[in-house]
Amino acid sequence: MNRSMRVAVAVLATAGIVTAGAETMSVQVRSGQVRATASYLGAVIAELPYGTAVQVETPSKPWIRVKLPDGRSGWMHESALIRGRLQLRGGETVQASASVNEVALAAKGFTQQVETEYRKQNPTLKFTWVDRMESYRVTPAEAQAFLRAGRLQPRTAEGAQ
Amino acid sequence: MTQVRAVCRGWAAVLTLWATVSAMSLWAGCQTIKAVGETVAVVGVATGAVTEEQAQSIVRTGAALSSAMEHLTPENEYWIGRTVTATILSRYPPYDRPNLNRYLNLVGQTLALFSERPETFGGYHFLVLDSEEINAFAGPGGLITVTRGMLRLCRTEDELAAVLAHEIGHVEHRHGLQAIKKSRWTGAFTTIVAEAGKTLGGAELAEAVRAFEGSISDVMQTLVNSGYGRAAEREADAAAVRILRTAGYDPRALVTMLQEMKRRLKPGGLDFAKTHPDPEERIQAVLKMLGGGGAPTPPPPERQSRFAAAMAEL
Repeated sequence: MNRSMRVAVAVLATAGIVTAGAETMSVQVRSGQVRATASYLGAVIAELPYGTAVQVETPSKPWIRVKLPDGRSGWMHESALIRGRLQLRGGETVQASASVNEVALAAKGFTQQVETEYRKQNPTLKFTWVDRMESYRVTPAEAQAFLRAGRLQPRTAEGAQ
Repeated sequence: MTQVRAVCRGWAAVLTLWATVSAMSLWAGCQTIKAVGETVAVVGVATGAVTEEQAQSIVRTGAALSSAMEHLTPENEYWIGRTVTATILSRYPPYDRPNLNRYLNLVGQTLALFSERPETFGGYHFLVLDSEEINAFAGPGGLITVTRGMLRLCRTEDELAAVLAHEIGHVEHRHGLQAIKKSRWTGAFTTIVAEAGKTLGGAELAEAVRAFEGSISDVMQTLVNSGYGRAAEREADAAAVRILRTAGYDPRALVTMLQEMKRRLKPGGLDFAKTHPDPEERIQAVLKMLGGGGAPTPPPPERQSRFAAAMAEL
């Protein structure tokens, strides 16, 4: 096997690992909800903070069965997860397997620090109301009650199963 | 000379591989192209085909090939959405009616559960704006604001749900972020490679704030002046039909809401008339999605009475 062929085989083998090896995923939202069943109307058994790594047990869509750091299992929606490990603030050790992009992801771009600086320069913007808006929360139980009271019957095959 | 030829052979091998693997991976989109770039670079170094410096160049090229928006994480999107919404709220005062806003959030946040992107970094939140304009804004990440004028068009909860589901569709497809010019963040996202955990220093922070300011300006320009464009509006309408149907609402309410909007929008107005395609065009497209029209099923009395009670505050 010549050198080009060796390189080709190595790349294709590694690419295969990249495609198939999605065992570790990380929570990419502020609070990732883990449910007992593959449904938004299912009971929440845990809430995982941004950056928590979980192991994929069943890579189905849109609900993925994952193993939590404490050993329990549950279902998370794919929109709450990103492949690989997120390197976060607070001096966690960089994982040897993390790519350049993963390592830098959480430290780059627009963060709270950028908003704070921007607010100093634009004191008239209505952030107080944005904070108030974010305080408007509907719990899963309230959503279920709202659906029932309005005689709404969600389809079970899509979205919230 | 031999060394030069060896390097050239190495590059040729890598480029051939790049083409092969990229072609194999096109179905998986830009993320994969970037991943393949990194893979090619890592393996190239490991096998001695390319130097570390060349490998980094490959990674950079791969990143450049992928879409601009992809670099924005849900957290980045969240911070953009907050400032976009704070800017909207400095132009349109909030309508401080706790019961009405609570109802809007019950309808909107329940609908969002049935979208293809039910979880965003900070979640979906809704607020009424004190304006008679017919308008609504989907802040990136899920901060959705709707004017009193828009709410007045709705005669049932199903029609209100149609308005909100359309806005959720924009968030689902990240249309707001697509408005951000690539040039805004090339600096912030390629030169500011802060170590994890490190806060940005003076010059880096200033650069990031400049990029942030530009990004906010791009999103605002699209939300308030130019609109997302026909294709994005059609995507949001398609998402709305899907979300309404899945949640249990009658998707034909989107058609009747658009018919009412058509009656009430003033041509040349500075609201939805400016940023959205003609309602008739949207009606025809939605009818095709639905496979026909017809009047929506009247909502049950329980649903209609809670809608009427909340809208009494308008």
